[in-house]
Amino acid sequence: MRQLRQLIKRRETTLAIIIGIFILLVSFRYPRFASPTNIYDVLNDTAVLMLAATAQFLILLTGGIDLSISSTMALVGMLVSMLNMRLPELPIPLVLLITLGLGFVLGSFNGLLVGFFHIPPIITTLGTIAIYRALVFLVSGGQWVSAHEMSSLFESIPHRPFLGISGILWYTAIAVILVGLFTTYTQKGRAIYAVGGNRVAAHLAGISGAKIDFLVFSMSGVLSGLAGLLYVTRYAAAQTDTAVGYEFQAVAACVIGGVSVLGGSGTITGVLLGAFFLGLLYNALTVINLSPFYQMAIQGAAILVAIVANTIVNRRNQQNMLARRSLV
Amino acid sequence: MTHKRLFTVLRSWDFTISIIFILVMLAGSFVSPYFLDPGNLLETTFNFIEKAIIALPMMFIILCGDIDVSVGSILALSSLAMGAASQAGVQTAGLVLIGLVVGLLAGMLNGWLITRFEIPAIAVTIGTQSLFRGISQAVLGDQAYTKYPESFAYFGQGYIPGTKIPFELVLFLFLALLTGILLHRTTFGRKIYALGRNPVAARFTGIPVNRLRFIIFSWAGLFSGLAAILLTSRIGSTRPNIATGIELDAITSVVLGGVAITGGFGGIFGVVVANFLLGYLKFGMGLINIPGRVMNLVTGSLLIIAVVIPEIVKRFDQRTNKRRISV
Repeated sequence: MRQLRQLIKRRETTLAIIIGIFILLVSFRYPRFASPTNIYDVLNDTAVLMLAATAQFLILLTGGIDLSISSTMALVGMLVSMLNMRLPELPIPLVLLITLGLGFVLGSFNGLLVGFFHIPPIITTLGTIAIYRALVFLVSGGQWVSAHEMSSLFESIPHRPFLGISGILWYTAIAVILVGLFTTYTQKGRAIYAVGGNRVAAHLAGISGAKIDFLVFSMSGVLSGLAGLLYVTRYAAAQTDTAVGYEFQAVAACVIGGVSVLGGSGTITGVLLGAFFLGLLYNALTVINLSPFYQMAIQGAAILVAIVANTIVNRRNQQNMLARRSLV
Repeated sequence: MTHKRLFTVLRSWDFTISIIFILVMLAGSFVSPYFLDPGNLLETTFNFIEKAIIALPMMFIILCGDIDVSVGSILALSSLAMGAASQAGVQTAGLVLIGLVVGLLAGMLNGWLITRFEIPAIAVTIGTQSLFRGISQAVLGDQAYTKYPESFAYFGQGYIPGTKIPFELVLFLFLALLTGILLHRTTFGRKIYALGRNPVAARFTGIPVNRLRFIIFSWAGLFSGLAAILLTSRIGSTRPNIATGIELDAITSVVLGGVAITGGFGGIFGVVVANFLLGYLKFGMGLINIPGRVMNLVTGSLLIIAVVIPEIVKRFDQRTNKRRISV
C-alpha cells in the first residue's frame, strides 16, 4: 500500500498519467492518434530527441548544461556521411564504432575544459557550439550530403528492422537502457548524482568532481554522436544546419521529465517520458491539422507549465515533510 | 605601493582585453587597407550595436549569477508587435512605444516566474525562448511584415544630422555610460555585486534580492524591445526567425568582457570593449572574405582561450606562492 502511494507520488507516474489523458483526449476526436502504428511513428520520430535528452540529462545531473549537443550531432553526422561517400561499403558496426569514437572526442574536449581547467560548462559549450558548427561548414565546404550520395547500406541504418522493430529504436533503446543501468546501479553512476547534489560533500566523500565532469561530457558526446548518425541517416541528408536548436529541446524534454537544472535529481524514465510527451505534442498538431508553426509556442508553454508545476509540488512535499517531522 | 597598483592594472582583464582589441585593430589594418578607415569603422557599428545594447542588461543578469537565453525571442516578439501595429496604420512614435512595452512585459514575465516560483533562470528562459518565438511563428508562419512608416527607418539607419556617426552608436554609448554609472557609482550596483557573490549573505544584509532580480530581468526585456526597434528599423522587415541566436552572442561578449559566469565579478569597461572587439574582428574577417560560419570558429575559440588563460595564470600563481611559502 505504502509502496503504491509512493509510486503515485512519483513525478514519472504523474507525467505518464498526463500522457495517457492527453492521448485519450486527442483520440476522442481523432481515433487514429491512439493507434499502435501512430504511437510507433511517434516513437520513431522522437528517438533522436530521446538520445539528445539523455545526453543532456547526464550533464544536468551534475548541475551543468551542454549547449554543444546540437553542434556535436551535426559535426559527427557530417563526418560519417562524408566518410560514407568515400567508403560506401563500410560495414555498419564499423560506422557505429567510428561515430561513437568521434562523439567521444568532441565530448571529451568539453570534459577536459570543464573538468580539468574548471571552465563553467555553459561557457565551454557556448564556445564549442560555435566551434563545432563552424567545423561542419569547414569540412563540408557548405555542401550537403544528400540521399543519393549515401550508400543504401548507410541509409538503411535507422530503418532496418529487427524482430519487427526499427533499427533507430533498437539503437536508442540499447543506449538509453545502458545509461539508465549505469546511473541507477553503478557506483560511478551514483557518484554523478552525488556531485550534482552537493559537489563539496561529494569531494569530501572521496568523489572527484573533475573526473565526473569529464565522464559525463564524454558520455554526452558519445550519445550526441549516435544521435547525429541517426539524424542524418533518418532524414537522408547531412547539412550545415543539421539539428540546430536540439540543445534546448533536449533541456525541455529533461525539465518536463522532472530533471532539476540545479543538479542531483531526475531519472532516465522521466527524461524518456518528457521526450515522448514532446513527440506526442508535435504529432498531435499534425493529426488535428493545426499548422506546424504552432509547435514552438506550444512547446514553450508546456515547458513553463511543467517547471511551475514541479516547483509547486516540490514545495508542498517539503512542507509536508516538515509538518510530519514536527508531529513526531 | 604605486608599483603594486600598476601591477594590478597590468594583470586586470580590462587591460588584457584592451591589448587584444589593439591587436585586432593592428591585424585588421594589415590585412586590408579599408579597415582603418574612420567611415568604415563607424559604418560597421550598425552590425553589432543591437547585440551590444542587449549585452548591457545581460551583464547585470550574469553579475547576479543568472542567465537569460530568451532575449532573442523577446526581440522577435517585440518586432512582431510593431509589425502588426504598423500594418494597422500606427505611426512611428506609437511603434516605438509598442516595441518597448512588449519587450518590458516579456521581461517582466521572465522576472515574475523566476522570483515568484524560485525557478532557475535558465529553465524559465528556455521555456519563454520557445514560447515568445513560437508566438511570432504562429502568427507569421512563413510570412513577413515589411510595411513600416518611412520615418521609422531613422532609428536603425539614420545618422546624427550633419555627421557620419550612426544614431545607434550614439544611443549605445549613452546607454553604456548610464549603465556604467548605475553599476559602479550607485548603491544599486553595489547591491548587484553583493548579490552575485553571495545571494544568501546579501539577503541577510537586507538586500531585496528577488526585487533586484525582477527589475533586472524586466530591464533586459525593455532593452530587447529597444534592440527590436533598431533591428527592425535597420532591416525594414519582421520575420519569425529575426535575431535567432543573438542571446548566445550577447552572453559571449559579456563573458569575453571579463564578467564571471558565476556572478559577482566584472565591469562595464570590459563588456563595452569586448563588443567592439568582436564587432571589428568580424568586420576584418569579412574584408578578407571569411564566411560567417567560420568567423564563429574564431569567436568561439577566443571565448574559450579568454577563460582558459586566466585559469592557467592562476594555477601558476598558486604554485609560485606555495613555493614562496615553503621557502
